[in-house]
Amino acid sequence: MSDLVIQIRDLTRVYEMGAETVQALRGVTIGIRRNEYVAIMGPSGSGKSTLMNLIGCLDTPTSGEYWLNGQEVSRMGDDALARVRNREIGFVFQTFNLLPRATALQNVELPLVYGGIGSRERKQRATEALSRVGLADRMDHRPNELSGGQRQRVAIARALVNRPAILLADEPTGNLDSATSEEIMRVFASLHAQGQTVIMVTHEADIAAHAARVVVLRDGRVASDTVNRQGAAA
Amino acid sequence: MLIRDAIGEALQTIRTQKLKSFFSLVGVLIGVTFLIAVVSIVQGMNVYMEDRFANKLVGLNTFQLRRMPNFNSGNVTEDEWRGWLRRPRINYAEAAAVQTRMKTPAIYSRWCSDNLPVTWSGKTAKQVDVWTADADIFRIKNLDLATGRMFTPQEARAGVPVAVVGWDLTDRLFQGVDPVGKEIAIEGLPFRIVGTVQKQGSLFGISLDKFVLVPFDSPVHRYACRLGFMDEFHVQAKSAAEMKITLEETRETMRIERRLRPQQEDNFAMQTAEGALEGWNKISAILFTALPALVSISLLVACIVIMNIILIAVAERTLEIGIRKALGAKRREILAQFIVESATLSTLGAALGIGTGIGLAFLVRATTPLPAAIAPWSVGLGVFLGVVVGMTAGVYPASRAARLDPIEALRQE
Repeated sequence: MSDLVIQIRDLTRVYEMGAETVQALRGVTIGIRRNEYVAIMGPSGSGKSTLMNLIGCLDTPTSGEYWLNGQEVSRMGDDALARVRNREIGFVFQTFNLLPRATALQNVELPLVYGGIGSRERKQRATEALSRVGLADRMDHRPNELSGGQRQRVAIARALVNRPAILLADEPTGNLDSATSEEIMRVFASLHAQGQTVIMVTHEADIAAHAARVVVLRDGRVASDTVNRQGAAA
Repeated sequence: MLIRDAIGEALQTIRTQKLKSFFSLVGVLIGVTFLIAVVSIVQGMNVYMEDRFANKLVGLNTFQLRRMPNFNSGNVTEDEWRGWLRRPRINYAEAAAVQTRMKTPAIYSRWCSDNLPVTWSGKTAKQVDVWTADADIFRIKNLDLATGRMFTPQEARAGVPVAVVGWDLTDRLFQGVDPVGKEIAIEGLPFRIVGTVQKQGSLFGISLDKFVLVPFDSPVHRYACRLGFMDEFHVQAKSAAEMKITLEETRETMRIERRLRPQQEDNFAMQTAEGALEGWNKISAILFTALPALVSISLLVACIVIMNIILIAVAERTLEIGIRKALGAKRREILAQFIVESATLSTLGAALGIGTGIGLAFLVRATTPLPAAIAPWSVGLGVFLGVVVGMTAGVYPASRAARLDPIEALRQE
């Protein structure tokens, strides 16, 4: 039990949209171990975005329990959640979501700024993280001076810089061509090989195929949870 | 640490959006410019009025016994004015009585003046102030000699035609020749120059150096004054406190001399430097009352403009806020970011305002005779107001930014 980095039990999420209530999640139970590589799949409306927001601590569940790295986050307030996001979660977004006016280095430093790390250590750790994704020579470039693949690698460096418990990627290759997508998948595989827990939300089967485990959601419930033999860890 | 990052962020935003930022801080700029410039000019005026106007024209611890006030503070009615003109002039007997009955130590001088032409070696200076006075006038008016000597009490008493000239005459009429010992003609009457006075400068652009000072009873007296009368009787005490006493003593003597009944008003005036400043003090008081109102109005406008700009910034940068929140920014960190940004913008405006305000003050100093003096407290106040306006303007937009739902914010493209 203790090596479960994520423990989700009977998680539900109900949205009130005016008079209507939408049951986005109807009781999801998942456990994810340390150093797993999991893909979460499902058609639109299946609740995978809702689950991702809950796992990412951007949202709180209507009912159920969510334990992340030994802390119950399902009952936390805004600021406590912000702290958990900062320490435990590394986000990688489809649209990269880099600050356009900041350099690659400044973007990567950002989580450390909110972590209250001093500027010297910040710079050193951000430089390290950029080197890990092979962008040591692009540190002073702004996002618009970088290719799509390079931007996503900056975003990965930013996600890793605080040594989070999980790397949470939302359609990480959605805005990339297939060659670049493969490049990003190789980065994920290598991070996973180094011991990083990776959770990836995608609707593309060939991208999900890189993961060692595939969870499929349908109508707010887990429809299937299978080990992928072709995946990285298999 | 975070504050420094936020200031850096704010400066970067300002750099990338120069024109928009400039317009947004114009309000603060104008408000602070106004504050600095008006305070500098008023303070400069105060120094000027006290130092130069009052003490040059009236003299320190001095008053002038006159028929009517010399510098009135504005609101004189037609009737009052006519009343003043009907008053008797000060005569020799009255002046003598004031001097003999005075118990407080003081120095005195009778005084008349007129504008007369002065000629030397074929050249004429027109409209020169010819002052006829007693020898103590040099001490009363604090006239320092450049060359030569003053006229003596004996010369003054005997009405010897000697003269001491101001800097303008030395400069323009004699043009480098030492005037001492030269003979000039004042309205055709011969006078020998015995001394020259150091440059006095100017007051509101009017030269204080275009004068000739001659003994009271010297030959030009009949042009300057009616026989037996004088324009002014100058009395100088040793201190401000003693001057107050001499004022009362003089008033008493004059009322007795003129046989005024208790219910009758004084039919003479005693002009003090303080009295001369009365009009100015009123203007300065009005300016200092109006200033906070004017500055507040422009800063209120500035506050609204900046609030609007920051609201737009929050709307435009919703995605950025979402990213920052996803990366672990707490509410108060987002709040601080936008308040600091707003304060930085506003303080920059205030700094520019201080610059233009000081510039304006220097411009006034360079182009007018007013010695505009920058008041350090107004610069401090300007910076303080800049920070306060910015922070106030930032509170509402920043709290909106801080309350944004990260999921919603991240959805924005």
